[in-house]
Amino acid sequence: MDTKHAKLERNGIAFAAAILFVASLGGIFEIAPLFTIENTVEKVDGMRPYTPLELAGRDIYVREGCYACHSQMIRTLKSDVDRYGHFSLAAESMYDHPHQWGSKRTGPDLARIGNKYSDAWHVAHLRTPREIVEGSVMPGYAFLSETRLDTARLPASLTALSRAGVPYTSEQIAHADSDARYQADRDANYEDALIDRYGEKVQIRDFDGQPDKVTEMDALVAYLQMLGTLVDFENLNEEEIAR
Amino acid sequence: MTRGVELIISLLVVLVLFVLGLAILGYGRDTGYILHGWLIAGCTGWAAIHLITKLSDPAPDIPLEYKDDVIKWGVLACFTWGVIGFTVGDILAWQLAIPSLNGDMFWSNFGRIRPVHTTAVIFGFAGNALIATSFYVVQRTSRARLASETLPWMVFGGYNLFVLLAVTGYPLGITQSKEYAEPEWYADLVLLFTWVAYLFLYMRTLARRAEPHIYVANWYYLGFIVVIAMLHVVNNLSIPVSIAYPKSYALFAGVQDAMTQWWYGHNAVGFLLTAGFLGMMYYFLPKAAGRPIYSYRMSILGFWGITFLYLWAGSHHLHYTALPDWVQYLGMTMSIILLVPSWGSVFNGLLTLNGAWDKVRTDPAIRFMMVAILFYGLSTFEGSFLAIRPVNTLSHYTDWTVGHVHAGALGWVAFITFGAMYKMVPWIWKRDGTYSLRLEAWHFWLALTGTLIYVGAMWNSGITQSLMWQTYEPNGSFTFAFIDTVDAMIPYYWARAIGGLLYLLGALIGSFNIYMTVTGARTTESDGAGHPLARQAE
Repeated sequence: MDTKHAKLERNGIAFAAAILFVASLGGIFEIAPLFTIENTVEKVDGMRPYTPLELAGRDIYVREGCYACHSQMIRTLKSDVDRYGHFSLAAESMYDHPHQWGSKRTGPDLARIGNKYSDAWHVAHLRTPREIVEGSVMPGYAFLSETRLDTARLPASLTALSRAGVPYTSEQIAHADSDARYQADRDANYEDALIDRYGEKVQIRDFDGQPDKVTEMDALVAYLQMLGTLVDFENLNEEEIAR
Repeated sequence: MTRGVELIISLLVVLVLFVLGLAILGYGRDTGYILHGWLIAGCTGWAAIHLITKLSDPAPDIPLEYKDDVIKWGVLACFTWGVIGFTVGDILAWQLAIPSLNGDMFWSNFGRIRPVHTTAVIFGFAGNALIATSFYVVQRTSRARLASETLPWMVFGGYNLFVLLAVTGYPLGITQSKEYAEPEWYADLVLLFTWVAYLFLYMRTLARRAEPHIYVANWYYLGFIVVIAMLHVVNNLSIPVSIAYPKSYALFAGVQDAMTQWWYGHNAVGFLLTAGFLGMMYYFLPKAAGRPIYSYRMSILGFWGITFLYLWAGSHHLHYTALPDWVQYLGMTMSIILLVPSWGSVFNGLLTLNGAWDKVRTDPAIRFMMVAILFYGLSTFEGSFLAIRPVNTLSHYTDWTVGHVHAGALGWVAFITFGAMYKMVPWIWKRDGTYSLRLEAWHFWLALTGTLIYVGAMWNSGITQSLMWQTYEPNGSFTFAFIDTVDAMIPYYWARAIGGLLYLLGALIGSFNIYMTVTGARTTESDGAGHPLARQAE
């Protein structure tokens, strides 16, 4: 071994190539198969891409770095399932670019936070969390209520995501801007068009308690309220999700 | 490649980035993004003018000396980012102990500030330490001057531009929220070009070596450069929304993105924070102790073991998640085997001190390095332990992970850096020694106390919180609501913040000591490493 290695030590290019070869094996054998093995992502009913408003909310979640304290991954452990609900399926983050599974729970897991609290609670809690939950260490996000949501960039966002493989239709992309504004406005009489494009489970209402404007708070609460609510767990095929 | 060709290629790359900066300036809509356009265009424009001037100048006469001027700037950058990173880290620690310190303004909240800390420390402090020492080591062990007069500056400048773009972006909301890979696509491009230049420069300098063999420290530095290049490219594949916004979407989604992310994340630890610093250890420890490396064969086994195994271990960050089980078990197995080459390096380092153990008592720099190796041994053992699935149920999502990371970062990475810097700074500035050994000792004891308080507090808080999460009443309901488990953390948050403060204090004393050394009296003695043998023709 020593003599062969001594030869390698005399050749810089060969040494660098050997490093690259040896180091690439892990990724080739662990990551590449995840794209080709079919049951890596389960086939389940109910998953759909985010609506433009939810996507805008998710962009805010990403921007604020919420993942530093909140996970979105319920493990298969009993204590996780009892506290947060059914363990997370791979399918549930299939449209998440990037994933927000997180690595730390300074606060609770959010994978199934959707529809567990009222909109008003979320707004009040996001604005002044330490007044709503005694003992909380969460920062306040009151500025979200005062910031108008920039919906003009959403068609470009949907286009970029469709290039990454999210199945947005050209109609969904074309209407992204207005879809976002109307999802946060119950009085717009726009329900049918939204349900046509995104299905029955789309939640259409004013989320932030300020009906006269669409704010970043609307978007973030719309996102939180749909988290973990899409998959139809009644009709889940146990074999499909067995790991 | 002649000097002219190299300058022209450099100029072209700089101009590409200059155009990128101008485009961001022209089309950008967000404040932070436009600020970044100015930064990129300003830096690259200045570099372009500099390169054009060089092109028209006659080729300068290269002295037969090591090129150390850029290393001096690297030392400055290392300590500056270090102090910034430690300060922000401690502010975050206090934010958890006293939440009102968040200020609840958009730029000051924990979520936006936390990546400032991680980036300033990992890329600013540790990265600059590696670039500076790698330039020092590759020249001495090859007995050759760096293979270019301009590229070292491009590497140093480009790299620090990347760090600056990253840390100024987060408070303004520019982030991918991929842990330890937060910078957006344009900053990633700056780093990519810089990194290719770094690899090229390193290989060219090695090719100039007057020694037949490439010394072991260079294997590790090379491993660090090559693997980080691979990780950076694959994990940052993303689709920008448009030139008007900094925002991009990761190319991969969900489970594939998670696995790619932790393949990256774990090996940023493995090749930036481990391999690079092992390279540092393999040069500065034997040099400072005046003893040869204990075992050549152990170096070979350690190096290839780490290079092969680390890349498989990332999936232990995803135990019991939606990642397929076979990947989880594979990652766990490799993580446990990884302990063998890791401890091989530990013993190789410690046994190198045989015959020089008295210096651990008299020379704080060697003490820093020795304790760094102990912390490396502790963290690698802990890492393999936490990768075991049942153990992971207790540690994951808790402060135990945070404590583990900081045992490695504070105890290993920073300690070996401080030890090496206390040796290298007097050598490159041609001083008799550091300004004050007493201050070095103060730095050592403050840093050690701070680290122990920090890590101890996090072990306790992590295990406490995890057990509280898993405690059931006889009727099957949970004993503790989530908020109860947050309440229980507060004393540990205080302890951690105090430990961090001690560590920061030590680093400030260290910076002062380095400053006084640099501004102190010169000596005529050489650093003992002699002069280059290979004559460079630029």
